Amino acid sequence: MSQTLALPRSLELPGGGRLPRIGSVDAVALEARAAELAKRSIKRESKVFALELAIRMMDLTTLEGADTPGKVRALCTKAMYPDPGDASVPHVAAVCIYPSLVPVARRALKGSSVKVASVATAFPSGQAPLEVKLADVRAAVEAGADEIDMVIDRGAFLSGRIGHVHEEVVAVKDACGDAHLKVILETGELGTYDAVRKASLVAIAGGADFIKTSTGKVSPAATLPVTLCMLEVIRDVHDETGLVIGMKPAGGIRTAKQAVQYLCVLHETLGPEWLTPDLFRFGASSLLNDVLLQLRKQRTGIYRSPDEFTLD
Amino acid sequence: MGAVEKQQRTLATAGTWEYAPSIESREIVTFEDRYGLFIGGEEVAPRSRSWFTTVSPSTEEPLAEIAQAGAKDVARAVDAAREGFDAWSTWKPSERAKVLFRIARILQERARELAVAESLDGGKPIKESRDVDLPLAAAHFFYYAGWADKLEYAFPGRRPRPLGVAAQIVPWNFPLLMLAWKIAPALACGNTVVLKPAETTPLTALLFADVCRQAQVPPGVVNIVTGDGSTGAHLVRNGGVDKVAFTGSTEVGKAIQRELAGRDVPLTLELGGKAANIVFDDCALDQAVEGIVNGIYFNQGHVCCAGSRLLVQESIHDQLVRKLKRRMSTLRVGDPLDKNTDIGAINSKAQLDRIVELVESGTEEGAEVYQPPCRLPEKGWWFAPTIFTNVAQSHRIAQEEIFGPVLSVLTFRTPDEAVEKANNTMYGLSAGIWTEKGSRILWMADRLRAGVVWGNTFNRFDPASPFGGYKESGFGREGGRHGLEAYLRFE
Repeated sequence: MSQTLALPRSLELPGGGRLPRIGSVDAVALEARAAELAKRSIKRESKVFALELAIRMMDLTTLEGADTPGKVRALCTKAMYPDPGDASVPHVAAVCIYPSLVPVARRALKGSSVKVASVATAFPSGQAPLEVKLADVRAAVEAGADEIDMVIDRGAFLSGRIGHVHEEVVAVKDACGDAHLKVILETGELGTYDAVRKASLVAIAGGADFIKTSTGKVSPAATLPVTLCMLEVIRDVHDETGLVIGMKPAGGIRTAKQAVQYLCVLHETLGPEWLTPDLFRFGASSLLNDVLLQLRKQRTGIYRSPDEFTLD
Repeated sequence: MGAVEKQQRTLATAGTWEYAPSIESREIVTFEDRYGLFIGGEEVAPRSRSWFTTVSPSTEEPLAEIAQAGAKDVARAVDAAREGFDAWSTWKPSERAKVLFRIARILQERARELAVAESLDGGKPIKESRDVDLPLAAAHFFYYAGWADKLEYAFPGRRPRPLGVAAQIVPWNFPLLMLAWKIAPALACGNTVVLKPAETTPLTALLFADVCRQAQVPPGVVNIVTGDGSTGAHLVRNGGVDKVAFTGSTEVGKAIQRELAGRDVPLTLELGGKAANIVFDDCALDQAVEGIVNGIYFNQGHVCCAGSRLLVQESIHDQLVRKLKRRMSTLRVGDPLDKNTDIGAINSKAQLDRIVELVESGTEEGAEVYQPPCRLPEKGWWFAPTIFTNVAQSHRIAQEEIFGPVLSVLTFRTPDEAVEKANNTMYGLSAGIWTEKGSRILWMADRLRAGVVWGNTFNRFDPASPFGGYKESGFGREGGRHGLEAYLRFE
């Protein structure tokens, strides 16, 4: 019969309902379904819709040791005006940066509705004491981050200390205050879809607003099947509790074609209600220009030179 | 640290994202106005002098005139096959293999053309003809090409010899794929064939005649006679055939069996089915839902091994049905040539009438019917994906083969009960089992009287895997080494 989650008390979901059973995932069939959805043929106006949506859903990201205020300011400009030559192109959802650069981004984005998302909790490994992680989160929030992208402690998860992972998410959520919490599972380190499903439920039980695949520092990062797997968890949670959780695939999504495939998976798994930046984000650093190139192709019928699109 | 207060987000009203039509071009295929019979390596006019029209079930548009072969035409084809056999059976087996390899390669090269033709003439979605029918048809020729010069190894010490002229009758649900299932092993074993395609779907078989010419198949080795059921009857009655292979309805299968009684002609029958798809409560639910959908809505449910009876463990019935209904609402019904179409047209008016009749019986007998909202095209023959809940074994929809996109849901409580219900049918072609427990799959497979049992998947085919039925689903196996045996005698 259905399994129950081995977790400490506090498992009751904030929505009042109970978690769906953990259940299991069949890897072969999951990958086959993702591959089938990837074959959807999206053309003309439906493609324009998808490309614009992908821009509005994008967390434009830079997470390098070499990030500087200058680099982040440039990224913020790109976020607000992705295509300076075409005012009809929407701005992206957010910029995603390290906590130390949040003040820079905050200033650069002043007056725009582009959000500031900051990674925190000893990103990307998550291997630090809880107090350090919480201080990291609080600093980012105080500096003006609207959204916090935390990492789970994969070491704890893989050694079976699920309760520990859950408690950390709860504590981080508490430290976030009004900031939205995205919980990064780092699916590339979890090994199986069953583990991804379990980690998704633990993150949601702990208070995640979004669940996110990857840091971008581990390969494989986001894949279509792992995203489908997490979307199915979100669907089960919504069915059983009414909670509405968002999804963010991150890392490895570089082409407009891939982005459209993710949107098809989203559309046909959770329905059109989820086609909004409030509930779905792409974490990407190099995706934007390919989407712009394809969008211009749809509008003008011509593939322009990549040099026509700004590199920031 | 307790549970955190959380602002409850609510969903905005649904926007829509309509996929723009993405139509596969039909320019790639040209049909003649008229097709004669393919006998002795050339196209000949029917001596019957009668013709019929094949139409596209999605638009009712006429596609071509097709010869209606009478008794004399069939006799002529059998004679040609006999003449062809005298040479072909003496060919070096490795040379026969080359011919089969050439056919396989040409099928791959002309895959797009043949896929479009299949979807136009039969109504199936292009994504299926493109991704399933054509690759599998080519794979069958490749596979049996490999056996052609290794028959002595397949049956060590038994001196395999070809039978002679094989009469082969194929159905309309997988016209080219069933042709491949029939012709590839027959030719590999050194036989020649007279093949009769289904009345409503003759076009890909006639295009295959051209593939044979391209592949330099010697005259008389492959002969194709088109027509209705009477053509098939002439073929079975013809005294010159050494073997009969039939895929189609149980009713016609039984008639063929009666016809052949007392004649020394080996027979293989691949007939109807009413497969149980058995879902246990420990399965991967979302993937089981995909498997159920694939099991019954693949090819509009025009599949003899379709998982048309869903047996679900009672404890997860409501959850599973809810998931299933939601998934059904994402199925896209429409133009078979649209690359995003999931469910195409019903193959013929006659088939549509039969589906409608059985579905009405289901409602009358008290089962609960559900169809997701979907717009069906005005022209052509269509049926929305349908699910019946509250079905009992004694309902007609749980017993009779509907051969359409209609699923009947029944429940069970224990594995023993699942086996009992699954086997409680006159058919026995296939079954599916969904559970996380490998040991339970094996335990069930031992007890299910079905020719094919799928574990955590459904409708998977491979040329190396034998396929065939128990009970009224027929006898004999196609595919794999077993499939050779039907076309050989042993000295």
